[in-house]
Amino acid sequence: MRLRALTRLAGRALARNKMRSFLTALGVVIGVGAVIAMMAIGEGAKFRVQQAFEAMGTNLLIVLPGSTATGGLQGGFGTQPTLTWDDLRSIQTELSTIRSAAPVLRVSAVLQSEDQNWTTGVVGTTPDYLTIRNWTIEHGRGLSAADVDAGAKVVLLGRTVIEKLYGPGANPVGQMVRIKTQPYQVVGVLARKGQSPMGQDYDDTAIVPESTFQAKIQGGLSKFLNGAIFVSAVSPESTARAQQQIGNLLRDRHRLPVGAADDFSVRNLSEIASAQQQGTAVLTTLLASIAAVSLLVGGIGIMNIMLVSVTERTREIGIRMAVGGRPRDILAQFVTEALALSIGGGLLGVAFGLLAAVSLAKEFHWPTIIRPTTIIVSMGFSALVGVVFGLYPAQKAARLDPIEALRFE
Amino acid sequence: MTRSLIDLRDVSKTYRMGDVEVPALRGVSLQIQAGEFVAVMGPSGSGKSTLMNIIGCLDHPSSGSYRLDGREVGGLSRDALAQVRGQMLGFVFQHFNLLPRTSAQENVELPLLYADVPTREREERARRALARVGLADRAGHQPNQLSGGQQQRVAIARALVNDPKVILADEPTGALDSRTSMEVMELFQTLGSTGVTIILVTHELDIGRCAGRTLLLRDGRILADTPQQPVAADPRRYSAPNPEVRA
Repeated sequence: MRLRALTRLAGRALARNKMRSFLTALGVVIGVGAVIAMMAIGEGAKFRVQQAFEAMGTNLLIVLPGSTATGGLQGGFGTQPTLTWDDLRSIQTELSTIRSAAPVLRVSAVLQSEDQNWTTGVVGTTPDYLTIRNWTIEHGRGLSAADVDAGAKVVLLGRTVIEKLYGPGANPVGQMVRIKTQPYQVVGVLARKGQSPMGQDYDDTAIVPESTFQAKIQGGLSKFLNGAIFVSAVSPESTARAQQQIGNLLRDRHRLPVGAADDFSVRNLSEIASAQQQGTAVLTTLLASIAAVSLLVGGIGIMNIMLVSVTERTREIGIRMAVGGRPRDILAQFVTEALALSIGGGLLGVAFGLLAAVSLAKEFHWPTIIRPTTIIVSMGFSALVGVVFGLYPAQKAARLDPIEALRFE
Repeated sequence: MTRSLIDLRDVSKTYRMGDVEVPALRGVSLQIQAGEFVAVMGPSGSGKSTLMNIIGCLDHPSSGSYRLDGREVGGLSRDALAQVRGQMLGFVFQHFNLLPRTSAQENVELPLLYADVPTREREERARRALARVGLADRAGHQPNQLSGGQQQRVAIARALVNDPKVILADEPTGALDSRTSMEVMELFQTLGSTGVTIILVTHELDIGRCAGRTLLLRDGRILADTPQQPVAADPRRYSAPNPEVRA
């Protein structure tokens, strides 16, 4: 029999019991809708994590100096300055996998405007720092190489600091701010960056040239780099190699014998990021599998109703067989009906899922990402459900004995 | 000898009911030529329906051979049998067996649907078949809007629509009053005169007399096979049916 005739037949049979058809399809509607909504939320969560790590910096690695070990008490990374300014220059110039590297000297200090004061983390660094951290300037300008060379008393302020010192939304470029009582000129306002994945406020900071930091805040130049080195690898794939290269370079430079522990540590932030992303991916898969189970339950509903329908229409099947309907025509008829239920339910489910995702996104300000593949896969899956669960009832119909079927009351 | 349209040789059919074997047909041999109008008669349990089911390719004989238009159909698959039914046979049942909530037109189109006849031709042929049974103006009606006699006419139109070699009618008047029965028989006689082969099962003598040949079955055997001068069906001999009564 032809496809057009089959679909017309199925449509007619389903329209005959509208409520029943709708309720049967509802199982699939909910299943597909749930899969799509869950996937959208899961993808949204993944995107959010990704965004958070991108805000931390591009392909970021952090090199921390070693620990002090006095009398058996180990002080933790960063307690002993083992990184030198020469180490930084070597990392910047000698390694193939590194795009840029910047020193990050940090101290907590009091900042004073005309009438307010605020204690924040003051960072001494080079212009590269802003690119490594993907940080843009909202007003004014960033640091320049000339600032660093001259040890200029200029400062970039984060939004939180500005709020405390000048009030929300203020643009203090050109004004003076005192850091540890010394006057600095505000040359730039850092664009709002928000929270780090660990909950730290990026915007609660002030940035000065590293030379100025050493001379005026730290109190004197030093051979040692009294902080961390932030490194940006050339690509996300090369971060692991960059980590290794930096390790080898520093062991070499620090003349550590084979077997001795590192007197520094290199942290690969993108590794942490991908671990977190895997975590959300696992969660998404879990949610989607639970939703898929409901799709399965919808399929069982279809099978149930198709079995009832075959019994109810035994006589019809007998008539169709008597006038020349082959068993395979009967099979095709009932499979088409089951498919119409599941695909119809699937289409409704897609609409329902999209609606749910969009309204969730609005309600909770949660990002939702709807991938076309999710829709295609869940539609395919619901069609599969129709075939799988429609086949058994259809076979039952096709195997009926026409004589028995015609006698059926 | 010319080839018979229907040629049964020593056909037996045994049903199995649990452990008991019930013989329904015991060695029936029968030839029917094209254009004959045969009435199969006999008491219930005599094997009439089994014989019809075998001739109608709805059932396989347990033993013996059945040739329909020269082709052995005993060993055919279910799909092949369905095709034979669709192309060579037309069925008329006691209880009409029309699809409910489906118009007369579409009921008549059904065999053509399974024969993959294109839509336009299908509609045209169904219209002509309905006209042949005098129901051209009832094409859009559903079975529950038609009287018993009209429903049976629609069923006959359905049996006719694929130009079958044989029309098989199993107690076609069993659910109709006498006058309507005679109207249906009149229609069968008209069709018979145009060369359609008709085999009809009945246990009513009045109905059997309308055929040109009577087979009498008893206990699965043919007891008598008699040619006869058919009596013309005359519905006017009977009073008009109560129009309220619908089968």
